[in-house]
Amino acid sequence: MIPIYTRRRMINAMHLTFSILAMIFGLFWLFWILFILISKGLDGISVALFTEMTPAPGNTGGLLNAIIGSLMMVILATLIGTPVGILAGTYLAEFGQHGWLASATRFINDILLSAPSIVIGLFVYTVYVARVGHFSGWAGALALSMIVIPVVVRTTEDMLRLIPDSLREAAAALGAPPWKVVTLVTWRASEVGILTGVLLAIARISGETAPLLFTALNNQFWTIDMNQPMANLPVVIFQFAMSPYESWQELAWAGALLITLSVLGLNIIARFFLRKQTLLA
Amino acid sequence: MKNQQILFYSKLFGSHEYSQLKEQVSEFKAAMNTNQRKRADAKVIINNLNFYYGRHHALKSVNMNILEKKITAFIGPSGCGKSTLLRTLNRMYQLYPSQVAQGEIMMDGANILDKKQDINILRAKMGMVFQKPTPFPMSIFDNVAFGVKLYESLNRCELMERVEWALQKAALWEEVKDKLNQSGMSLSGGQQQRLCIARTIAVRPEVVLLDEPTSALDPISTAHIEELIFQLKQDYTIVIVTHNMQQAARVSDFTAYMYLGKLVEFGETNTIFTRPKEKATEDYITGKFG
Amino acid sequence: MSKIISIAKLRKQQLLDQLFQKITWFFTVLVLVLLITLIGSLVVGGMPTIKAFGFGFLISSEWNPVTEKFGALVPIVGTLVTAIIALSIGIPVSFGIALFLTELSPLWLRRPFGTAIELLAGIPSIIYGMWGLFVFAPFFASTVQPWLWDTFGELSGIGFLFEGAFMGIGVLTAGIILAIMVIPFIAAVMRDVFEIVPSMLKESAYAFGATTWEVIWNVVLPYAKTGVIGGIMLGLGRALGETMAVTFVIGNAHQLHASLFMPGNSIASALANEFAEADGELYTSALIELGLILFFITFVVLACSKILLLQLKKREGATT
Repeated sequence: MIPIYTRRRMINAMHLTFSILAMIFGLFWLFWILFILISKGLDGISVALFTEMTPAPGNTGGLLNAIIGSLMMVILATLIGTPVGILAGTYLAEFGQHGWLASATRFINDILLSAPSIVIGLFVYTVYVARVGHFSGWAGALALSMIVIPVVVRTTEDMLRLIPDSLREAAAALGAPPWKVVTLVTWRASEVGILTGVLLAIARISGETAPLLFTALNNQFWTIDMNQPMANLPVVIFQFAMSPYESWQELAWAGALLITLSVLGLNIIARFFLRKQTLLA
Repeated sequence: MKNQQILFYSKLFGSHEYSQLKEQVSEFKAAMNTNQRKRADAKVIINNLNFYYGRHHALKSVNMNILEKKITAFIGPSGCGKSTLLRTLNRMYQLYPSQVAQGEIMMDGANILDKKQDINILRAKMGMVFQKPTPFPMSIFDNVAFGVKLYESLNRCELMERVEWALQKAALWEEVKDKLNQSGMSLSGGQQQRLCIARTIAVRPEVVLLDEPTSALDPISTAHIEELIFQLKQDYTIVIVTHNMQQAARVSDFTAYMYLGKLVEFGETNTIFTRPKEKATEDYITGKFG
Repeated sequence: MSKIISIAKLRKQQLLDQLFQKITWFFTVLVLVLLITLIGSLVVGGMPTIKAFGFGFLISSEWNPVTEKFGALVPIVGTLVTAIIALSIGIPVSFGIALFLTELSPLWLRRPFGTAIELLAGIPSIIYGMWGLFVFAPFFASTVQPWLWDTFGELSGIGFLFEGAFMGIGVLTAGIILAIMVIPFIAAVMRDVFEIVPSMLKESAYAFGATTWEVIWNVVLPYAKTGVIGGIMLGLGRALGETMAVTFVIGNAHQLHASLFMPGNSIASALANEFAEADGELYTSALIELGLILFFITFVVLACSKILLLQLKKREGATT
């Protein structure tokens, strides 16, 4: 009995030590990346960053056009993707449930959710950019919205399912027609959760680079015309970071810090809301 | 025991009438005798045990002897500390950092609560069965072999024998002998609970702790399990927590009535159920309260 | 009390009901159509190369835009190898982290540590790429690669994996950075599924005198296996499709090497680097077909995990 037990205790100690090391390993990268990001990014943060356009190679400048471009495309993508996602998610949770359409869509949605974002960029390129003949902000927003949709569909369905059936029955028992039950009761009850899904989707597209590479492309100049190629933070960062010019690289780090802070901020807010929703349900 | 004596004397010279005195003296003598006997065959001796969930004081100075190869039942309203008391016996509470036990629980001359006592070896000696059946996510055979393999290196054949022996003991063998490789979760609730009992006795523990083992079962399965518990008494010291007083009356030799973390009364089951000394016990048993 | 509901009002409600349901139905169909067009457009776009090279596209390692000879072997191998490296580091580490967060960590550290790991998941992939290129790769070249070569280089059988110059960038670097990226995903899912294992089940294993590790390995892991597999598949999907982090560090060379130190290419990074500049129908089409292949690979991974989970569920269902 005792030799077996000694061996077991050693195995246990070994694995628990490994577990602690794994945790340290995980945290180590986080701190290293954040440390580098902050130390390199802070150097580039200045007023000019928010007031000047992206510079020509070797010159100094800011990221104003890229920031505005990113904001416009993210907002537009959210405006397109959110209603589609919420309504489709509502169908899955409230009306379709077990029909063929719902199960097919659920499966398709999972595929979209896990589809590589660069493939989505490729898709928008072939169906839109190639037809129109030029890169544009619209194409970028479209590509981003295709990332928003599956996220919102999924969270909307999940959140609506958290609502107990008794609540729907109670509303129906008062004589409310189904569409009022959904819009006035179940949506209301899960609004925080649905909002969380939207926030998570925004967080995700804010940092996306790949789908913008050949949809919005980039633009060194100021434009708010969505029909033109449009500057945006991720692609600018990519281009500047890969360049040999020091001033460009500095701007890339500053932009990287900006993106990371906003994405992490959105994530934290979303998590806060999510906790609230799961507490409510 | 000293406590009991003091308690007894304080009562003796308290509000009781003289006519009762004589009866009580003889009772005291009998109790002393049983106590002497108890000491000799007590498996577990609990001395001045206190238990805390964080700041909540859940057990208050509990003293009790648990006799070898007897069935001891803990009864009382929910939240009275009966499960807590059971969980101190195998230090299950230690999984949760905020839970603390103070005092002394002696088993075979060693204090269970002593930090030096190895917790895993202790648990190997104290089998436990829970409120709900908890088959492990593995085959029926592996469920029973799980505990055995932890402490003994048996070959396949010996292991098979042990598994069969345990399943026989738990009166489950006939029902599962053809599907030992199926998942333990495939059994019915009552069968699952007997599987849990089988895997507990497969490691041949000295004490078996049962925490409301039939609370999730139907009456027929409950009857099966009760019969099983009664038979296990031949080989094991058994402690059972139950919210079902009839069950305590049916299966146990000794009964402890607990209320608000205190041990109100402890004695032979017959006495407790027919002539309880305490008004509180009587109220609970007769259903006036609880 | 009595209420009189006019027929007209009732009819209006019914109409609105129909309308609302139709609208949600429409958008559901839209999502469905979206994916079908996605696949269709990739197939159409890739048609010229499918016609020109056929099946040979998959097994040829030639990639020459000048002579217009294209083969997808290098990026396919690069994608798979980097994903395998990422998972073989990522799975054990994520498991360790999940184990720490659910069983070992003091209560007051659980939330902050859990959030920290989730933050790691929130960092945009381009940041990993920049950090990988400017910080990790030089460190890797000066410290880790010489050590790997000294330790394993002479061993027959695996020594060839660590041959070549210590450049810092290459397939191994890409794999390691992918590992760092997938760890938070897998770890978060594992932690969540470990946490829903009923405490009574864990207690009943502890009640046998099992050690923490034995409880985790024999009870918690089998109980949570469907969730764990789901988490791993999520990580795998992310590793396969990740673009920016890989593009920065993989080296973007259309060459096939046995050594993990050498630069290579992945499907996603080939697309990111070359698509915008690709001229000529065949070149563009070859890249689109690459995208189709990548999509197909992630689809297969997802389908496999779904089937696997379904079977696990069925097996448990049949026996319950």
